Amino acid sequence: MKPAEFYQRDRTSQPPALTPDYKTSVPRSPRLAMLSLQGSMSEITGPTFGHSDIDAIDNDLIRNYAKTGDPVGERIIVHGRVLDENGRGIPNTLVEIWQANAGGRYRHKKDTYLAPIDPNFGGCGRTLTDDQGHYHFRTVKPGAYPWRNWVNNWRPAHIHVSVFGTSFSQRLITQMYFEGDPLIHKCPIVATIPDPRAIDQLIAPLDMNAAIPLDCLAYKFDIILRGRRSTLFENRLEGN
Amino acid sequence: MAQPLNYLKESASQTAGPYVHIGLAPGAAGFDIYRTQLGEDIAGPDAPGERIRVEGVVMDGTGAPVKDVLLEVWQADAAGIYPHAEDPRFADCAPGFRGWGRVITDFDTGLWAFDTVKPGPVMGRNGRMMAPHISFWLVARGINIGLNTRMYFEDEDNSADPVLNLVEQAPRRETLLARKTGPGHYRFDIRLQGDGETVFLDI
Repeated sequence: MKPAEFYQRDRTSQPPALTPDYKTSVPRSPRLAMLSLQGSMSEITGPTFGHSDIDAIDNDLIRNYAKTGDPVGERIIVHGRVLDENGRGIPNTLVEIWQANAGGRYRHKKDTYLAPIDPNFGGCGRTLTDDQGHYHFRTVKPGAYPWRNWVNNWRPAHIHVSVFGTSFSQRLITQMYFEGDPLIHKCPIVATIPDPRAIDQLIAPLDMNAAIPLDCLAYKFDIILRGRRSTLFENRLEGN
Repeated sequence: MAQPLNYLKESASQTAGPYVHIGLAPGAAGFDIYRTQLGEDIAGPDAPGERIRVEGVVMDGTGAPVKDVLLEVWQADAAGIYPHAEDPRFADCAPGFRGWGRVITDFDTGLWAFDTVKPGPVMGRNGRMMAPHISFWLVARGINIGLNTRMYFEDEDNSADPVLNLVEQAPRRETLLARKTGPGHYRFDIRLQGDGETVFLDI
């Protein structure tokens, strides 16, 4: 039996390394071509996580750092599925998120933006997907904030999302944006993505079906990881 | 017009940004929130094999250290077995061996280091053995999509490794070799761009 590999990453829908309008990419982008590898055991395997690694409260950003009360901001649920390109849910995979607070300030020793730290908000969460690939977090909607690129660049409100999948070759970090935010299409980091459809795929729609009346709104964000080829076993395709 | 293929498309990557530590290593961002920080113990105390420390710096195209980079590593145990069900020898993997680590820099110098056991050779494609290696994945502000590479060991026989031998310009293979700096100590610097640019892999 040959190991089943992953579909080749479609580089035309991924941002290239060098994107001069996002200035930091200029000195940090490789100039030589990458070496393309067919998957071996080192690529088709990857780390696994279990419920002993995390705590149940880790996915509740409203409570996981609360000291004197709830954090300030618009209360939201962020939920969705982690799927592969074949449309199958990826169970039991680790999803980690981080974000600024409602004023656009990060709890990080390197962030000096003038908006205040919220004493009740850490800004990170993590969870494992369920057996269908579903995940959910509760948090507050992050604020936009300025950053040094051009003199007046602002990041749209966003949540950073880190996902593992089942193999080291599926590892992905991306950002979730919010439907209707006029800053999305002014952002040089969003614009590193060459395909407008791929940008749309990072914009979470408001999901009133998942909102909780008199409590919080909800946004739905599905994350797609690379799909896996069928295993060729005795000349018959398995799976898919 | 043909039928639609109906595959989904991998979500586009976006930079991890300068505050990646908040999400992946909050202790490094300067606060304490989780019971456990993931990726700090790669091999566990009971895994057999040679204990090693690997350190290095990631440098940008001007030669300056990338002080805010975050690295993840993935490796087999000393017998060349991955702790993953896909490895046919999974059941024999070393006890407590996780194989995965998350590596943070010193924000002032950009120096990073991790402790592990030296991996064994791993069976590659078509029955060709791969020399001992550790897979790396790098993210940072200014890196739009995580960069993959591999670290090999200069004191191993790498001559038949099928991946190193795919690198067309033989001198560039050196960029994937960790230097032995002392007993159990290795140095592996990564250059994102310019002279000695590391070979990155599209895996």
